[in-house]
Amino acid sequence: MPRIAYAFPDEVLEHVFSFIHSDQDRNAISLVCKSWYEIERWCRRSIFVGNCYAVSPVMVVKRFPKLRSISLKGKPHFADFNLVPEDWGGYACPWIEAMASAYPWLEEIRLKRMVLTDESLELISKSFKNFQVLVLSSCEGFSTDGLAAIAANCRNLRELDLRESEVEDLSGHWLSQFPDSFTSLVSLNISCLGSEVSTCALERLLAGCPNLQSLRLNRAVPLEKLVNLLGRSPNLVELGTGAYTSEMQPDVFSDLSRAFVGCKQLKSLSGFWDAMPYYLPAVYPISSRLTSLNLSYATTESPYLVKLVSECRNLQRLWVMDYIEDSGLEALAVSCKDLRELRVFPSDPFGLEPNVALTERGLVSVSEGCPELQSVLYFCRQMSNAALVTIARNRPNMTRFRLCIIEPRKPDYLTLQPLDAGFGAIVEHCKNLRRLSLSGLLTDRVFEYIGSYGKKLEMLSVAFAGDSDLGLHYVLSGCDNLRKLEVRDCPFGDKALLANAAKLETMRSLWMSSCNVSFGACKLLGQKMPRLNVEVIIDERGPPDSMPESCLVEKLYIYRTVAGPRMDMPGFVWRYTGP
Amino acid sequence: MILVPNYATYRKRDGFLISLLLKKKKKFLCLVASERKRERERERVGYRKVQEGSFSASTKPSSFSVLFLTLLEHDYIGLAEKPSMEISEKSSHLNLNLKETELRLGLPGSESPERKPTNLISLFGKDLRNTNALKNLVAGSKRGFSDDAVVDFEGKINNTHKASQSAKPKQDKKPEISETNDHVSPPSSKEQVVGWPPIRSFRRNTMACSLIKNKDDDEEEERKPSEASGFLYVKVSMDGAPYLRKVDLRMYTNYMQLSSALEQMFTCFTIGECNSGGFPGKDGLSESSLRDLLHVSVHVVTYEDKDGDWMLVGDVPWEMFTESCRRLRIMKGSEAIGLAPRAMEKKGWSHNNNCRRIK
Repeated sequence: MPRIAYAFPDEVLEHVFSFIHSDQDRNAISLVCKSWYEIERWCRRSIFVGNCYAVSPVMVVKRFPKLRSISLKGKPHFADFNLVPEDWGGYACPWIEAMASAYPWLEEIRLKRMVLTDESLELISKSFKNFQVLVLSSCEGFSTDGLAAIAANCRNLRELDLRESEVEDLSGHWLSQFPDSFTSLVSLNISCLGSEVSTCALERLLAGCPNLQSLRLNRAVPLEKLVNLLGRSPNLVELGTGAYTSEMQPDVFSDLSRAFVGCKQLKSLSGFWDAMPYYLPAVYPISSRLTSLNLSYATTESPYLVKLVSECRNLQRLWVMDYIEDSGLEALAVSCKDLRELRVFPSDPFGLEPNVALTERGLVSVSEGCPELQSVLYFCRQMSNAALVTIARNRPNMTRFRLCIIEPRKPDYLTLQPLDAGFGAIVEHCKNLRRLSLSGLLTDRVFEYIGSYGKKLEMLSVAFAGDSDLGLHYVLSGCDNLRKLEVRDCPFGDKALLANAAKLETMRSLWMSSCNVSFGACKLLGQKMPRLNVEVIIDERGPPDSMPESCLVEKLYIYRTVAGPRMDMPGFVWRYTGP
Repeated sequence: MILVPNYATYRKRDGFLISLLLKKKKKFLCLVASERKRERERERVGYRKVQEGSFSASTKPSSFSVLFLTLLEHDYIGLAEKPSMEISEKSSHLNLNLKETELRLGLPGSESPERKPTNLISLFGKDLRNTNALKNLVAGSKRGFSDDAVVDFEGKINNTHKASQSAKPKQDKKPEISETNDHVSPPSSKEQVVGWPPIRSFRRNTMACSLIKNKDDDEEEERKPSEASGFLYVKVSMDGAPYLRKVDLRMYTNYMQLSSALEQMFTCFTIGECNSGGFPGKDGLSESSLRDLLHVSVHVVTYEDKDGDWMLVGDVPWEMFTESCRRLRIMKGSEAIGLAPRAMEKKGWSHNNNCRRIK
């Protein structure tokens, strides 16, 4: 009987594989047999590395010789909140250097929370002939000089996206480095830059790039200039305004309105820094087209926000500050039936008293009124179990639920009970929940619920919760799909960690800070699990070698890796090296 | 309903411990009463009240832990004992939690790795400055003790542990615990936990800029600096330190506060230069090490302003400084000779207020 498998030449298999884009599917293919592994690796074009230290650049280059697109993530998520010291790591340089020599045809680089230097940017601009996409999300370490190099040398650049990166702003002149013949730009996001960019250079750029679809300006671009810019880019789909404030001039208003209408494809608006109520109605003519609205920097009062939001009937994504208040969210629930994602940010997170009338009621009404709601990030000052249960029952299709009750360990304000039952209902009813962030007063009970119901949970963030190791044990033993767990200020200790050591190899990473893990346990874990990097971030007390075993570590970051201990550990990061 | 501890269970224990318990019982009850009063007054404090409710009876570790823990902490630091059979006979579900409430014998300040401090540690806040101290007392951990640690045992506290430096801006603080302390000045809105609420630095800095702009517009509104809720994190580097820190300039209202915070943040590195391997004294700088320090090195604080120039901290008014400062750098005296002649004369970096270069 002929072996059917051998009847397929490699080219056919390669062609079949080319239809498969999902990384997980690709990984599964490569595990079938050696020949499929070989074929797959030669035809893989895009790779995502969730933790840049889990694998080394050399290994990636060796396995995948023909990559066109690479995505890397560096620092742990809690680095966003200042919990990771400076110079911890996440350096992109070794990766860029490896890729510069191995992939002359690389087209796309996407980095998140990594440190990138101007030299690396220059290397990128010179090494890749067909470089098209550069996305730097929450990165740092580079300046506008590096951007100038990119602008000058990347002839086919399509996307330059600097979302929320920390760029050393030396001047706005880097934009003029785009040559006159440059036409390929499709997306430009410079919203994080502090200084003014030359408007002439911007205008020239936009005039030359007819395919521009996404433009996010920085705060320094005044409203009057926005009108000109919009006039030159009629194909915009996404727009991020600059400062949305100016002296109240009717002609500016009408020009602005006309400019918005002129962009017939415009679907997404963001920016709105210091938004003035006078100019918000300029958006009304296109409000029915809008599917995404980011008002999270708009410090406008509730009534104006509500009016705007009520006009946008087809809104799918809304990011807003808590100025919208419960009443605004109720209006939202009535008007925007297609809402998929809601994020409400606090206007005064550090004040002692609430400054706006935003409570759990707003979220409950949105959950009732918006049947498509899947993703929630909500900052508020009070919550009740009843509200959470209602939300859970209303929205079993929830996939991302992040609730931040501003005061740590705040109980249910009605019953003064912990919020275990509420969050338990969330995980129980929302069977597809992939991401969850907890807050408020919580005991081990909530972790028991999460462990038993959160089977699809991939990322869990915990702060100021739990009573004992049981909490951590429930989560690590129960959540089958857990990839990332980050914990701060919880009384979780050695027992649960050591008992579930094997689980850690199935996860991308675990972050624990201000918990009760002892140094001895870290040593033991490092000893027993060679494929984990157990990194202790030392505080000022001195190197852990001088610490007794029972000493508690302040910050601990554990991640699986096939690359062994990392070479660029700073002095304040310790890793077990030997007996 | 509060579960009253059953003192009978302790009868099988060491006689010494019993007598101690009975002596302290009165003090304990008084403290509980006064704490309850304080609790009722402050609604904002977010810790559990033990109540019967929707929990099933078998899983209420919190109630036990509260009481046992309260007995455990105040004045009993370090005293421990093997758990009695009666306690361990309780539901196995509670076992892990009860262990943390075991009384054990040991020197105060000694580490006790199996302790798991709970969150319910508010009743004895009177003598304890903040949670760190409290956690330390329970766990006996090396996080250090605050200056106002438990009164009776203060003398015995292991001085080789660094002080918790409660004024440190980056130190974790649990707001509700710090509020229970009568001895400390009323907590400002600035006593915040690092990285909480979880808002990205980009957003925080953007909001801070918005607030400045509103401040300018709204001249009538008097905003005290302590009420300003913006954030302005700037990097602080010190020559010779292994890593940089970040401080939030909005937490301070004048140069004095900033300089003391910086001092406390970077003390360890400075002391490290003087006596290698030794831990600094309880209060940061002991007298002898201070003298050594003055002889060894002097530090000057400089900042980089919006134009990229390095300036000496202290010349301009505070508000102007916070608006233009982008990062800070603490330079060694030897480098700072050209920069700050007055600093060298006055020996800029010390506890002595008179010598402070920064106004």
